[in-house]
Amino acid sequence: MKALRNYLDKIKPNFEEGGKLAMFRSVFDGFETFLFVPNTTSKTGVHIHDAADSKRTMIIVVLALIPALLFGMYNTGYQHYLAIGQDPGFLEMFIYGFLAVLPKLIVSYVVGLGIEFAIAQVKNKEIQEGFLVSGILIPMIIPVDTPLWMIAVATAFAVIFAKEVFGGTGYNIFNVALVTRAFLFFAYPADMSGDQVWVRTGDTFGIGAGSVVDAYSGATPLGQISVATKDMIGSFQTVDILGNPLSLWDMFVGLIPGSIGETSTLAILLGAALLIFTGVASWKIMASVFVGGLGMSAIFNLIGTTVPMSVSPVEQILLGGFAFGAVFMATDPVTASRTETGKYIYGLLIGAMAIIIRTLNSGYPEGMMLAILLMNIFAPLIDYYVVEANVNRRLRRAVK
Amino acid sequence: MFTFAAKYIKHFSCIMANVIKIKKGLDINLKGKASKALLTAGKSDSYAIIPDDYNGIIPKVIAKVGDKVKAGSPLMMDKNRPEIKFVSPVSGEVIAVNRGEKRKVLSIVVKPDAQIEYEDFGKKSVSSLKAEEIRETLLASGIWPSIRQRPYDMVAIPAYEPRDIFVSTFYSAPLAPDFEFIVKGQEADFQTGLDALAKLTPGKVYVGVKAGSSLKMKSVETVEVEGPHPAGNVGVLINHVKPVNKGEVVWTLDPQDVIVIGRLFNKGVADFTRMVAITGSETTERGYIKTIAGCTINSLLAGKILGNEEHVRIISGDVLTGIRVDLLDYLRAYSRQVTVIPEGNDVHEFLGWGVPGFNKYSAGRTYFTWLLGGNKEYVLDARIKGGKRAMILSHEYESVFPMDIMPEFLLKAIITFDIDKMENLGIYEVAPEDFALCEFVDTSKMELQQIVRNGLNLLYKEMN
Repeated sequence: MKALRNYLDKIKPNFEEGGKLAMFRSVFDGFETFLFVPNTTSKTGVHIHDAADSKRTMIIVVLALIPALLFGMYNTGYQHYLAIGQDPGFLEMFIYGFLAVLPKLIVSYVVGLGIEFAIAQVKNKEIQEGFLVSGILIPMIIPVDTPLWMIAVATAFAVIFAKEVFGGTGYNIFNVALVTRAFLFFAYPADMSGDQVWVRTGDTFGIGAGSVVDAYSGATPLGQISVATKDMIGSFQTVDILGNPLSLWDMFVGLIPGSIGETSTLAILLGAALLIFTGVASWKIMASVFVGGLGMSAIFNLIGTTVPMSVSPVEQILLGGFAFGAVFMATDPVTASRTETGKYIYGLLIGAMAIIIRTLNSGYPEGMMLAILLMNIFAPLIDYYVVEANVNRRLRRAVK
Repeated sequence: MFTFAAKYIKHFSCIMANVIKIKKGLDINLKGKASKALLTAGKSDSYAIIPDDYNGIIPKVIAKVGDKVKAGSPLMMDKNRPEIKFVSPVSGEVIAVNRGEKRKVLSIVVKPDAQIEYEDFGKKSVSSLKAEEIRETLLASGIWPSIRQRPYDMVAIPAYEPRDIFVSTFYSAPLAPDFEFIVKGQEADFQTGLDALAKLTPGKVYVGVKAGSSLKMKSVETVEVEGPHPAGNVGVLINHVKPVNKGEVVWTLDPQDVIVIGRLFNKGVADFTRMVAITGSETTERGYIKTIAGCTINSLLAGKILGNEEHVRIISGDVLTGIRVDLLDYLRAYSRQVTVIPEGNDVHEFLGWGVPGFNKYSAGRTYFTWLLGGNKEYVLDARIKGGKRAMILSHEYESVFPMDIMPEFLLKAIITFDIDKMENLGIYEVAPEDFALCEFVDTSKMELQQIVRNGLNLLYKEMN
C-alpha cells in the first residue's frame, strides 16, 4: 500500500494545474480518492465527520444488487438450456449467463463512466460516483438479447440528458437507469418487448449452441397475461417457456423469463434486507410500493372482467419488474419523495400505477418503469404539499 | 395527519410535566472525557477579545495600544449600537490591536498585571433594581455580549425586550463538561444572575436541566430534558417549550455567563472567571481548569498534548461547533471546553469505501461498527472522509434534528435565499449549532453550519 501511495504522490504533480497531464486531473483525482480515502481535513464547521460518504453509500447499493445480478446470470443460462433442451449443470449455465451479461455490464460502465469522466474534467470537478449504481442497474433491467450498441446509445442519452444537463448526481429529476430503459423501450420497441427477446436461444461466444425444442415459446408470464382472452378467465395459467405451468414458488425464486436482474424476488429481497438494514434505502417507500400494488390488484380482482384483472395480487408483485422496481428503483433518494410522509404517498402511487398500467393497457404488459418515471415527476409536488402542511401548522402556532 | 396530531398531543403533555423527551439525535461516544478534577492552569501571558466571536456587531476600537486598563474597562464597542461595550477581562496594558485585510479588527490583546484590579460597578441588590437599571449595568460592565438573541443568533439588541429568556444547563455535545460540577460553590451567583434576567423579560426565564438533575433554582421555569445530543442545545429547548415566531425575540445565555452576571451584582465587578474543560483523545490529562475568558490556549494546554503537535487539532469549543485554534491563540468567547483530537492529515486509508470498517464511527450501519455496541469510545480525527456532493440521501438530517422544522427544506431555502420560504420554514428559530449534527452525519459532506450562518447574516442585512 505504501509503495502505491508513494507512486501516486510521485506522479501527482503531473496532474496538477500546469502539469503536463493536467487535462486528466479529474480522472487522476477520481482514481486517487477511489484507492485512498482523501485525507483533507475540515476547514470550517464540524471538526469530525461520519465515516460514511457517498462512495460508501453507492457501494452498499451495488452490493445489494449482486445477489440479483448473479441469479440473473444463472437464470439467463438456465432459460437458454431449457429452450434448447439440454441440461449441462449449474456451472455451465452460470458461465453461459455470465458471458452473456458481462459485455452489457462493461458497455454500460465504459460508456457511462466515460461520459462522467469527461464532463467532470470539463467542469473541473470531482468525479461523482452516482453512475456506479446506474451502471450496474442498466444491464439488469433489459432483455438479454438487447444489442450492445443500443445499450451504448441509450446509456449515453440517459447520462447526458437525464443527468448531466440537470447538473449531475443529486440534481436529476428522473432515475437515470430507467431513462435508459425508457429510451430503449420507445426507440427500439422490437428489441425490448414481444416474445423473442427474453431468452437467448443462440450461443454465446461459441458456448451453448443448439436448436430450440418444439414446445418453446419465449413469452414472459406478464406477456402471456396481456394477450390472454376473456374466455380464459378462471382457466388461465402462466407457463414457463416449455409450456409447463408456473407455481408461485417458481415466480418467487425467479426461474422465469424476463429482464436479466428482475426475475428473482428472493434475490431482490436479500438486497432489500441489506439496504434497509444499512439505512441506505427507505423501507417506507419499499413497503408502500408493495402495499399499493397488492391493494390495486385486489381491487381489480373484485372487478375481474379480464384476465389481467383477475391475476392474484401475490402473482402481480412476484412477476415482472415489480419487486426490482420497488426495491432498487423507487428508492433512489434523488428522484423519490424526500419527505417522510411523502414517501408513503409516493410508494403507494407507484405500486397502484404499475398495476393499473399492466392491467388496463395490454400494449404495456410491464407498468413498473412508466409508473416510477411518472411518480418521479410528481415527487416534488408531493413534497411541496407535505412541506406546506408543516408551514401551515407553524403559522397556526403563531396565531394562537 | 394523524401522526401530526399524535405528536402534538404528546408535545403538550410533555410540557405540562416540564419534561422534554428527545428521541432524534446522536451521542458520539468519543474518547477523552474530562474527569471531575481541577487541573492547574499555566500563566496566561496575555488576554484577548476577538470581534469575530460576536455575530451582528461591527467593532469600533476604543482602547489604544499602551493604555492602562482595568478588568471591566471598555476596549471596543459596536459601531451601530455604541451602548454595547466589550471590556478587558483583566487589568493591564493594551499591547496590540491586530488588524487583517481592509483593517478588519482581528483581536485586541491585553498584557495582564500580576494582581487584577477591577472597575467598580457597585454591589447591588437585584430585587430592588428596575429592569432599566439592570440593563444599564449589564451594558456598562461589558457582560452584555454574552446575551444572544434569536432570530439571527447574534448579540442581543438592547432596544428589544425579549419575549422569554432561555438558558440550557444541559451540555450534551461530545465530551462536554458537566455544568453541575462547574456550578458547585457558585450557586448563589447563579441564582442572582437568574433573578436579574427574570426582570428583563415580561415572559419567563426557562432553564433546561438534564433529566434527574439536582439543580435547584427559584424565580425560573425549570424544564427537564432527556435524550441524546442535541437535546441540550438551547435551540431544542426553545422549539419544544415555546417556539419563536416571526416578530418575536428571545434571548439565550450560557449558564456560566449567568454566573458572571450574578457576580456583577453580588460583588460589583466584571469577573469573567470561568471553568473550561480540557478534553479530547490527544491530551495527557483531562479535567477542569479555572481561568478567565480570553486567556491563551497555551496556558490551558501546555504540557498536556499527546504526541506530535503537527498532527493534532486544537479546538476552542466542542468538536461540532468549536473553532480551530493553535497554542498561540486565545480561548474564544462562548467556549466551555477545549478539545484536542488527531488532525489525521498523515493518514492514508486504502480502499476505505470497501473495508468492513470495524473501527470506523458512523451513525448509520454502512460500516460494521454497530457490531461493537454503544459503549466503545472512539478516536475521531478531523478528516472529512469523503468528497463534497449535492444532497443525495434524504432523512439523514431529520434523524438528528429534534425540532418541528424540516431541516433539508430550510437549508435549501437558505441556499437559494428565498426569504418567504426561509421565514415559513423556521429560519428565525435556528442557529448554526442546531445543524452541527446534520453536518456530521451528512454523507454529502456539505458545510451546513456555514450555510446557515451566511443565511442568517444575509437575512439580517435584508431585514434591517
